[in-house]
Amino acid sequence: MSTASAVKLTRKEFVSDQDVRWCPGCGDYSILAQVQKVFPDMGIPRENIVFISGIGCSSRFPYYMNTYGFHSIHGRAPAIATGLKVSRPDLMVWVVTGDGDGLSIGGNHLMHALRRNVDLKILLFNNRIYGLTKGQYSPTSELGKVTKSTPVGSADHPLNPLLLALGVDATFIARTIDVETRHQQEVIKRAAEHKGATFVEILQNCNVYNDGAFASLTDKETKADTQLMLEHGKPMVFGKNKDRGIRLNGLTPEVVTLGNGIGVSDLLIHDETDAVLAFLLSRMAPPAFPTPLGVIRVIEKPTFDALMNHQIRDAMEKSGGADLDKLLNRGDVWTVK
Amino acid sequence: MATNPVGAPLQKTVQERENVVIRFAGDSGDGMQVTGMQFTTESVFAGNDIGTLPDFPAEIRAPTGTLYGVSAFQVNFSSKNVFTPGDDLDALVVMNPAALKTNLADLKQNGILILDKVEFNEPNLKKAEYTKSPLDDGSLDKYQTYQVEITKLTTLALKDMNLPNRSVMRSRNFFALGVVSWLFTRPIEPTLNWIKERFKRTPEVMEANTRALKAGYNMGENTEIFASSYEIKPAQIAPGVYRNITGNTATALGFVAAAQKAGLPLFLGSYPITPASDVLHDLSTLKNFNVYTFQAEDEIAGVGSALGAAFGGAIGITTTSGPGMNLKAETVGLAAAVELPLIITDIQRAGPSTGMPTKPEQADLLQSLYGRHGEAPLPVIAASSPGDCFYAAFEAVRIAVKYMTPVILLTDGYLANASEPWLLPRAADLPDFKVEFRTDPQGFFPYLRDENTLARPWVRPGTPGLEHRIGGLEKDYLTGNISYAPNNHEQMVRVRYRKMAKITQEIPPTKVEGPERGKLLVIGWGSTYGSIAAGVKDFQGQGKAVSQVHLRYLNPLPPDLGEVISRFDKVLVPEMNMGQLLRVLRAEYLVDAVGLNKIQGRPFKVSEITAKIARMLEE
Ligand code: SF4
Repeated sequence: MSTASAVKLTRKEFVSDQDVRWCPGCGDYSILAQVQKVFPDMGIPRENIVFISGIGCSSRFPYYMNTYGFHSIHGRAPAIATGLKVSRPDLMVWVVTGDGDGLSIGGNHLMHALRRNVDLKILLFNNRIYGLTKGQYSPTSELGKVTKSTPVGSADHPLNPLLLALGVDATFIARTIDVETRHQQEVIKRAAEHKGATFVEILQNCNVYNDGAFASLTDKETKADTQLMLEHGKPMVFGKNKDRGIRLNGLTPEVVTLGNGIGVSDLLIHDETDAVLAFLLSRMAPPAFPTPLGVIRVIEKPTFDALMNHQIRDAMEKSGGADLDKLLNRGDVWTVK
Repeated sequence: MATNPVGAPLQKTVQERENVVIRFAGDSGDGMQVTGMQFTTESVFAGNDIGTLPDFPAEIRAPTGTLYGVSAFQVNFSSKNVFTPGDDLDALVVMNPAALKTNLADLKQNGILILDKVEFNEPNLKKAEYTKSPLDDGSLDKYQTYQVEITKLTTLALKDMNLPNRSVMRSRNFFALGVVSWLFTRPIEPTLNWIKERFKRTPEVMEANTRALKAGYNMGENTEIFASSYEIKPAQIAPGVYRNITGNTATALGFVAAAQKAGLPLFLGSYPITPASDVLHDLSTLKNFNVYTFQAEDEIAGVGSALGAAFGGAIGITTTSGPGMNLKAETVGLAAAVELPLIITDIQRAGPSTGMPTKPEQADLLQSLYGRHGEAPLPVIAASSPGDCFYAAFEAVRIAVKYMTPVILLTDGYLANASEPWLLPRAADLPDFKVEFRTDPQGFFPYLRDENTLARPWVRPGTPGLEHRIGGLEKDYLTGNISYAPNNHEQMVRVRYRKMAKITQEIPPTKVEGPERGKLLVIGWGSTYGSIAAGVKDFQGQGKAVSQVHLRYLNPLPPDLGEVISRFDKVLVPEMNMGQLLRVLRAEYLVDAVGLNKIQGRPFKVSEITAKIARMLEE
């Protein structure tokens, strides 16, 4: 993105002329707003940004961004985005997906895009429900979830998106939540800066079919005790009075209250490069633990698109150009007179 | 076997033949494909026209000696024009009893049968389900049977090399090749050179194969086992530079040539599947032509990534076979809706399901024409010979780009692996179709169509001022914004059909091979071209009013086809399916066409075509 420094854009320039069609009160509005707020500061020309999505409420996202966009089919956005990014490494390619789109029908593509470390910025809106098809349970819905398709409760164990990303050794794994606008902006910025596949889980309230799925996390009264805001190099402290923390007991994390001989120095320090820590954080869930939010893990790895393009440049240089006649004449040829 | 007393040259006769069909058959580990391919190369150097048919089992390493582990390679070489790999065999080389059992039925009476005697032992006979040795029961009496000691003589030739038995056995095929090379007066130099190149990193193997080949050749010359050899004079072949080419390689080259002519990078998104994988393999070696090959996680990602690349301004291609086509269908529907160029290549095989993955069939025609959700018409183009795959692939890309549409390219497992001498085109003679992307924001709408082609503009992301969104939702006729307006939808469905109709302007007048009007018109498509051509020419030679039309464009159909059909009393449609083109022609032209259907995973024999034509002429 060569012209990066030269551009100064405003939020408005990223707003498309399409009416936003999400339900009033949907968490998606906030995510759209944060993205549009953050983008001007990146200094990347609009025309070099592409949003690709699949199917679902979240996947309407590209229509509302005044960039290039492709609203594709259910679950396939990472595959389509991979083809685009590999052949057009000059573009900044974002993928917007949801828990149904990215983890159910498109789980395979998501997994492989992360594994290959294609330089895609993947935002997964997790509302733990199917919204667009009007309220069936999703792969992240809790066991026993009562929905239209599971009147007596689902028998499915939910999937942990962060662990999936970790399992394929994704190079950027983060989690944020729709109502924490500042936090969201920070995480999106970090994702944009990362070279490689970024996986950002955004907890998002579907106020129509799964209202309050993250209530304890967003409720003003309780959120200080239920959110664990991660900061690289800082101890894991949380609670209204910053008096609680996470300590390691052997290989098991535990929640402790500071005081009575337990100090901040006893607590786990967040290290974004530590895979073991990332694993422990990914598994922490209510009610026993607060929900970790922030950048869970960042590592450096060569990107798939860079490696592929390197191979092509290399081959072009070594061959000294593309001679079609030479190619056609390759192998055993003979002349008939 | 009598050996040649030292110094006394044998007087051998040389018989001339117009054409010979030979098949090499053995265990899948016996190297029959290599043997067949090398014999083909030798025949090409001998100046013959050729047609080949590889036939191998789906199992990678089937248990040795079993009936289902037999691998074969058939070559038809001639001093006349060759259209097919040949029907019945003039010569058969078998490396074991299983190969004899599965192939003998195709050998002509009094045909040449070469076998390796020592292989006809108790365990091998049992594995081939023989209760009695065919060498002893007189069942081979009606053939010219030559029991050649292939194994023994190979071992002897390599004796002082002290190789393990396994390695020696691997050179047997070259001994056999040497024998038949002599028998049919083929030059062995091309094979000697090939061995040198192929095994340059394993000098021992190089030496062993070289010796085996020469030993086989010398055995033919110096022993009395064969009383005469055969000569097949060079064929009259159009002048030019040739190479032997398989359909899959030709397909890959056609894509590269087209991408070069378009001035764009080529992106292949593909998932390995028989018999399509070789296109992926071939293209992966051509990175210097700005070719991206992406081995995707599945068929869907293969086509998805190709569509993503097309959105970015590359020539997006995916390759697969029947089952993969099903998996890709949803994405192909999306490609039809967003009107981006994309080439979907179906190298058809016998189905349904896994079916017979290494065997050809033409049963994906209806799937290609209609196998999508909603109204999603697409151009469908078929190749008719291995070399023709080049031009069909090239044309598929050209149409896709010019009309901004996905195009389905059909070949099949026979074309994929069969080979023929191919007159090399010169790059400069191929049509240029340099792509110009839209860059002008003035008056731009994503679905503003070109009047002549109805193509929408192709815009590369990265172009300032043209930021826009596309997607699978129905869109406004002009702006491309989401629209559910009833009349707009009908207008969009109709314009997508009209675009297909526009493509008829690309189709040259239908070529009738034979009389312009007459008794019988044989219409075919795809790999049946050779068998039909040979059959039809038979009747034309007898002065019968039988003609052939072979279709490259299955959708849209040639605009003059109805008129051509009306000039004939009867229409015959041979297909390797249950009558798919037949259905289309009957529906389209209300013609009482008749089908000839073979669904055995094998190409038509010419005799099968001629028998049917004869019956229809009598009726
Ligand atoms: S259904 Fe739920 S997720 Fe979808 S737009 Fe409405 S509130 Fe948002």
